[in-house]
Amino acid sequence: MFPDFLTDIYSDYTIRNITLGAMVLGLVSGSLGTFAVLRRQSLLGDSISHAVLPGIILAFMLTGSRDPLILILGAAIVGWLATLSIMAIVNTTRIKQDASLALVLSVFFGFGMVLMTFVQRQPDAAAAGLQRFLFGQAAAIIWDDVRTMLLIGGAAMAVFLLFWKEFKLVVFDRAFAFSLGMPVRRFDVLLTTLLVIAIVIGLQTVGVILMSAMVVAPAAAARQWTDRLGLVTTLAGLFGALAGVTGALISAYAARMPTGPTIVLCLTAIVLFSLVLAPNRGILWAWVRQHRQSRELRSRVVLADLYWLSQQHAGDDSGHSIATLEAMSAGRVAVDHGLEDLEQAGLAERTDEETWTITERGREQAIRDLAEEEREGSDV
Amino acid sequence: MTTMTSAALESQPAIAVRDLTVAYNDRPVIWDLDLDVPAGVLMAIVGPNGAGKTTLIKAMLDLVRPAAGQVEILGQPYRKSRDRVGYVPQRGSVDWDFPTNVLDVVQMGRYGALGWIRRPGNRERELALEALDKVSMGEFADRQISQLSGGQQQRVFLARALVQNADVYLMDEPFQGVDATTERAIITLLKELRSEGKTVVCVHHDLQTVPDYFDWVALLNIRKIASGPVSEVYNETNLRLTYGGRVAFLSRDAAAPATAQAAVEED
Ligand SMILES: Nc1ncnc2c1ncn2[C@@H]1O[C@H](COP(=O)(O)OP(=O)(O)OP(=O)(O)O)[C@@H](O)[C@H]1O
Ligand SMILES: [Mg+2]
Repeated sequence: MFPDFLTDIYSDYTIRNITLGAMVLGLVSGSLGTFAVLRRQSLLGDSISHAVLPGIILAFMLTGSRDPLILILGAAIVGWLATLSIMAIVNTTRIKQDASLALVLSVFFGFGMVLMTFVQRQPDAAAAGLQRFLFGQAAAIIWDDVRTMLLIGGAAMAVFLLFWKEFKLVVFDRAFAFSLGMPVRRFDVLLTTLLVIAIVIGLQTVGVILMSAMVVAPAAAARQWTDRLGLVTTLAGLFGALAGVTGALISAYAARMPTGPTIVLCLTAIVLFSLVLAPNRGILWAWVRQHRQSRELRSRVVLADLYWLSQQHAGDDSGHSIATLEAMSAGRVAVDHGLEDLEQAGLAERTDEETWTITERGREQAIRDLAEEEREGSDV
Repeated sequence: MTTMTSAALESQPAIAVRDLTVAYNDRPVIWDLDLDVPAGVLMAIVGPNGAGKTTLIKAMLDLVRPAAGQVEILGQPYRKSRDRVGYVPQRGSVDWDFPTNVLDVVQMGRYGALGWIRRPGNRERELALEALDKVSMGEFADRQISQLSGGQQQRVFLARALVQNADVYLMDEPFQGVDATTERAIITLLKELRSEGKTVVCVHHDLQTVPDYFDWVALLNIRKIASGPVSEVYNETNLRLTYGGRVAFLSRDAAAPATAQAAVEED
């Protein structure tokens, strides 16, 4: 465009790149991450993201270039090698999945750290920026990076959408997919490749240490809100983009914080919000529902007892004492609260300070309840 | 094929298993098994837990690689005949918390016919709804699969197999965990499939109902103990051989709980 237009436009240009970059990265890793989470591969994501560090450094050492495309390619290749090593360890030794994940993570990451220390001792100034691959640095995003993310992310998303139905079946019911003659193993490879891409695409913005959060957390949050796969995936993408952009801008301008942790903090807020407030699955709603249910149960018990008493003492409408009702429910429910609820619903009324009676509507309701119980009982 | 008469086609077994041996980690779980399933029968595979019933179904579907032997379905290896085969996996083999609904799962039965990339459309939707009606799950089409009872899950799988519109059906314990009403509905459906000339093979655990439900049976315990018409091979001797003497009897008037006991002991 106009690289030396005016200095204050320069900062707008930077903001645009940061925003765009963080958005693309959040969108891609968030939505691709959905399938990793559904396949229970969240920990694999974490291992891969740590393990790619030596790939980045080696790519730099071999080419001397800091072109994002080359570094990402190096990361992707090593990410794949790490995945293969994990599979090989599980298949050929007695070491279990979790141990092999941890093993590969630490060996690869450790090797990467050694390489990084080595490179930075060299007089070559170009190596200075490699440090940012640990915790990420959004402020350094330039148009080249955005272009690379668009390119790789766009290709990954295209494949993802194209084979949507196949991926869904392979993840949901592997044996059935096999029985239809689908090349299930090739889809495994493809899905794992997409996971690797979802990780490497954000390495320089978020950093290897926290990148797996970008893949796992949006999907976990999105799952709280909906039961539809398409929506889960879309929401995960949006959550990823939201956290990415917010975190990147905060870290680049407001706080002097590395980008990775800032983005992850934003993600954490989204996840917490979803865990607590999402309808149906949210903790708050579960609590409200449970509370409502136990109240309903309480009123039902008290109403049934009142009904029984009114049958026993037909013609006597002086009411029944709370003490009797309490004895009948044998302390199972709080009778006084139950009576208040019944009064509000017009099913029972107070006849005196300590005595209550059932209303006509209450009688009808009690008969309905009893009939329903009977029907349910005979089902068993 | 085209020159064959229809009579010749009918006499050809729907499933032919030859010298089949399957091993996991060098331990054979199916040993040198020969089995012919004639076309148009409703067959039960019975045997104790770990007898290799699921493995046999999987071997028929090319899901496990046999150490020796082969399987032909409708005269061809599975990979050539799979468009004519429907499969109902064991219900517990999938994650029912997967975010999708009943209609979507049933439509998966059309994926084979749809081919690559193409998405299910109106036609698939109609077929799926029709199949759901057949298993009396029509009103559950939009229900999330996580909110289904065990018996409803089973019927969803059955509906998915129905939309495959296959000639041979392989079902792994389609009656597992369903109540008596559902069980009757399912068996009526399976008998309907048989009367349409289809071949249905079910892994089955309730020894008591075998004579009522099925006309053909295979008794299996790593080796094949016997197979043939229920009236001929489903007797005490063969059951004793299959279950290792733990089935004390199987007379039709014997008390039901005792037979159920035989199955429970194996669990
Ligand atoms: N993937 C596997 N790896 C190793 N061994 C296996 C595997 N699957 C099954 N087996 C073993 O093979 C044997 C046969 O298993 P299979 O599932 O075919 O039995 P089944 O007859 O279907 O039993 P059930 O009645 O419990 O369903 C069992 O001993 C089981 O432990
Ligand atoms: Mg089985």
